[in-house]
Amino acid sequence: MAVCIAVIAKENYPLYIRSVPTQNELKFHYTVHTSLDVVEEKISAVGKSLGDQRELYLGLLYPTEDYKVYGYVTNSKVKFVIVVDSSNTSLRDNEIRSMFRKLHNSFTDVMCNPFHNPGNTIQSKAFDGIVSGMMVPTG
Amino acid sequence: MMAGSQWELPPELCCRPMAFVALTGLDVVYNAVHRAIWDAFCANRRADRVPISFKVLPGDHEYPKCRTKRTSYEWYIPKGILKTSWMNKHLNLVPALVVLFYELDWDDPQWKEKQSECATKVEIVRTSLQGRNTKVAVVLIQKKTPLPPGEDLVASERAATLCNACDLSGKSLFVLPHTDHLVGYIIRLENAFYEHAQTYYYTEIRRVKSHKEFLNKTTHQLLFVRHQFKIAFFSELKQDTQNALKYYRTAYSLVHELRAHETNMLEIKTMAGFINYKSFGELFDEAIKLGLTAIQTQNPGFYYQQAACYSQDRKQLAQQLCQAGATPSSEPGDTNTGGLDFYGQRPWRQGHQSIDPPDAEKEKTGILALQIKERDVPHSELIIALLSNAVAQFKKYKCPRMKSHLMVQMGEEYYYAKDYTKALKLLDYVMCDYRTERWWGLLTAILTTALRCAYLMASVKDYIIYCMELLGRASTLKEEHKLRIEKNLIQVLMNEVPDAEPECDPSSDVAARSLWNDRMALAGSNELTIEVQDYITFIQCKAKFQCPSFHVDQPIQLQVFLRADSPHPVSFKKLSVSLSNQEYNQWCVVESAGQESMSLLPGKTKSHNFSFVAKTDDVGKKIELTGIELMLGSDSGRCVFLNWRGAGGDAASTHEALQASRSSRQWRREVEARKELDWDSLTMQQSTMIISRVPKISVQLRHQPPALNNEMYCINVTIQSQEAVVAKGLKLTAGLKPGQDANLGQTTHVSLDGSKVCDDTAPALLPDVPLGDLKPGEKDETVTIDTVVPFEVSVKFVSTKFEPLDQVAVDIPFLLMTDILSLSPWPLLLASSSLELITMNTNTQQQQSQLQEALANSNNTVATGQYLISWRRKSSSADSPFIQTVITLPHVILESVPLYIHAELPSYGRVRESLSVRYHIENRTSLVQEVEMAVEPSDAFMFSGLKQVRLRILPGSEQQMLYNYYPLMAGYQTLPQLNISLPRCLTTNTHTLRRFLPQRIFVKPQGRQLDEASIAAA
Repeated sequence: MAVCIAVIAKENYPLYIRSVPTQNELKFHYTVHTSLDVVEEKISAVGKSLGDQRELYLGLLYPTEDYKVYGYVTNSKVKFVIVVDSSNTSLRDNEIRSMFRKLHNSFTDVMCNPFHNPGNTIQSKAFDGIVSGMMVPTG
Repeated sequence: MMAGSQWELPPELCCRPMAFVALTGLDVVYNAVHRAIWDAFCANRRADRVPISFKVLPGDHEYPKCRTKRTSYEWYIPKGILKTSWMNKHLNLVPALVVLFYELDWDDPQWKEKQSECATKVEIVRTSLQGRNTKVAVVLIQKKTPLPPGEDLVASERAATLCNACDLSGKSLFVLPHTDHLVGYIIRLENAFYEHAQTYYYTEIRRVKSHKEFLNKTTHQLLFVRHQFKIAFFSELKQDTQNALKYYRTAYSLVHELRAHETNMLEIKTMAGFINYKSFGELFDEAIKLGLTAIQTQNPGFYYQQAACYSQDRKQLAQQLCQAGATPSSEPGDTNTGGLDFYGQRPWRQGHQSIDPPDAEKEKTGILALQIKERDVPHSELIIALLSNAVAQFKKYKCPRMKSHLMVQMGEEYYYAKDYTKALKLLDYVMCDYRTERWWGLLTAILTTALRCAYLMASVKDYIIYCMELLGRASTLKEEHKLRIEKNLIQVLMNEVPDAEPECDPSSDVAARSLWNDRMALAGSNELTIEVQDYITFIQCKAKFQCPSFHVDQPIQLQVFLRADSPHPVSFKKLSVSLSNQEYNQWCVVESAGQESMSLLPGKTKSHNFSFVAKTDDVGKKIELTGIELMLGSDSGRCVFLNWRGAGGDAASTHEALQASRSSRQWRREVEARKELDWDSLTMQQSTMIISRVPKISVQLRHQPPALNNEMYCINVTIQSQEAVVAKGLKLTAGLKPGQDANLGQTTHVSLDGSKVCDDTAPALLPDVPLGDLKPGEKDETVTIDTVVPFEVSVKFVSTKFEPLDQVAVDIPFLLMTDILSLSPWPLLLASSSLELITMNTNTQQQQSQLQEALANSNNTVATGQYLISWRRKSSSADSPFIQTVITLPHVILESVPLYIHAELPSYGRVRESLSVRYHIENRTSLVQEVEMAVEPSDAFMFSGLKQVRLRILPGSEQQMLYNYYPLMAGYQTLPQLNISLPRCLTTNTHTLRRFLPQRIFVKPQGRQLDEASIAAA
């Protein structure tokens, strides 16, 4: 279960970012922001070799002492970042993958909304619900 | 690189471990030769020399005693992880190699005695090294240069005996001739020593590894760590960095498995720290220098960052715990590691591995002393140093965002350390990155810290800027904070001291207050200009010229839109716009009269319209907005001029405009419904063009497109002036638009004279036709005219029998048929057509003008000539000229005919009436031709004449054959076939000749006998 989930626009500004309320929100913002360094590097490295046959899931971006940060990039260069507590060892790579897939599907639904302007921050109850389902339950 | 001392790490941990080699038998004080040798070893130890630390020791030096090795660890319970003396022992006390220097030449007269003396010395060294694996080597200092190996038999023999006597291997005996090339010899010796040292450390590693099997996990956990550490350390001495790193890592993971409790916590942590230091900071860095490739996600920066992170935690804990004990305790000095047996054990309970502290009172004072010590540590400095190391690393590994994050942390740390100038400098530097990346949450956090710094420094300008940005739309602050900041901003504008920022240290607040009071008292510095374009301030500004161009006789419309994002209305005193031509600036100012000021309502767009008339000098020039200035505050308090360059906008407006344009389709209707300006979709228009006035003249063109190829295409131009006064000296230019296909220019001709066909001399463009007064100015009117070909002419060659001909026979008449197909949408009037053949000796018999066909009998030539048609539109006026279109006739292929035959017969016959047919046979060759001719019988005719004949025709002459045919049937009848054969000319036969002859003839039925009678009857 994630402690922070973020959707980042192609231009690298946040479209959606939510973290567990029990912890320092700012810290997660910094964690997600700094992880973009690795995402950018990975995208550019892959872009050179494989062209468009890119795996969307980027895997573990970088481990810190407290958290593991995973990344996923859609074909339109929208980035998803999931931060997981390092102590949570039960979570497997496959589960992370499926979390990203679910997130991507829900994100696609948001984009299909004719009233949503792509590039604006995501304000969707359905998306909120999906994200909440993936977050560490609090309270 | 971090200096170990500031981390209270022992020096032996921080230095670079080098193989330790002891030199004995050198008298460096009294013996000049020995001195020179020693100097050669010590001096110039640059990086290219092998890493060895040398020490001169007396021959009978006592090396640290080796404890008797345990054969079993079964009953051994370790008291600690690592003894304090161990590292030093191996760095400086226990050598890897002891070298004995001895002066002895191969031909020494007292060889025997000297040899045994040397052996004794070796023995002494060996004894003092008892139990250690330290190698021993002997160097003979000789006065003579040695002969090349193998040539000096005495030398090799004596060397062997010496080795024997000293119990040395041949590899451990060296000769050092004391000659000119001392340094060279020394370097070679050094390398040999280094190899020995490597072997020694290798065996030491093996030895330590061999202990492992005796250990068990329950009681010897500490030893596991100890051994791994030792192996790693020996590897380092061996200069095997990569393996050292590996063993340190294992040691580190083993430390994690240790049972930790209150009393040994510090010990474990110290060891972990040691290992950590060894493995991750510098070793890693060093390994990278040696060629290990680091990647972005695994670079030393992370460890520096983590270290900084823990230092921050440590600082916080220190602040919480170490407030007590203001007076230094009586025995704080005991906390250093000087007198300890094992690293990281508390001095007051050494070697104690049980959970309860042995002496509660001592424990208490000890902790207090430690706390006091901790309190005095300059935490922020340490953290900043670590962070800047990390920044450098992340910069190296292309992590700009991580670098920015660390710089923010550094800035915050400077803030805690009360170095506000440096803090602001750092924060200001990175703020821009977060602003362009549009991470508003982070930007707000940084701005909040920066605002605190600016407040505590009483930096008025910075304070105002940060306040304005925190009030702006990018700020994620809550309303209550915004209200507080707004209040402070208003106070500063009124030249009053703002309220303190929350979370400021009370003591620094007092200092800040007095600073602010000083600032306020200072006169003359209360005007500030702030360039706001690069921020996202709470007042937004956009300006536009109503149109991208204005005619010089129209007033120029300029609109300036202002909008405030603050919670309360904002009032301003003056708005002024500067333009590229400063003469207009005076028209673009609004200033509030007297005391009242203009205000902007939160979230509402306010527009100010300016209009002025451009000067005629500016026709053809651009007028640009160079800046917009808004004055806040008042003359009595503080004036702040917000300055936008160009047409306004700020760091975020471009993106917002883009988003607005994307969504415009969806929301336009709604915006229209609201009848309100949508701020984001307001576009800026920075410049306008001044153009000349439009003449009130209308130009009308009347013509009938499409134009036909080759025709005189008539365009009627009607020009009408609606000016109040007479327009003079005006000119018209008509013709093709320049810049089109060059061919078009060459083939198009323009003429003013409609009654005459223009020829090639007429130009493609008629420039400046003077039109006199009251007529048009140069007006650009472009008309696109399609052209079509008026008609298509196809030409066919046919024989006199109307059979199409591929080739034309010489001297034989043929027909030329032309078909004219009109492609024009209008009726055409074809006046006449004529044939112009190239050869002179034409014998054109008839030339019919009009559409049907033109017949021409001609003889040869390949190119045949031209066909001329003169025509015009039927609709055009009667006096308009005819146009002649020339059609080039196709080329023909000629063939020569050796024998030509043609028949002379009437156009029709009548049943039962004689029909005489004369055949002419011409010989066109230069030979006499023999012709066999026969007439085949026919059902339709009876005939008289020669049925079969053989005759000769002389060259160039003609033979005639006369037949009388007597038709028997009416209608089209096939004439009797003529069979002709030419035995001398095989290319010609009946078939080739037959084409010249008529095939059939129309036979009329027999006329009535009683013609006249029937007429009479009628």
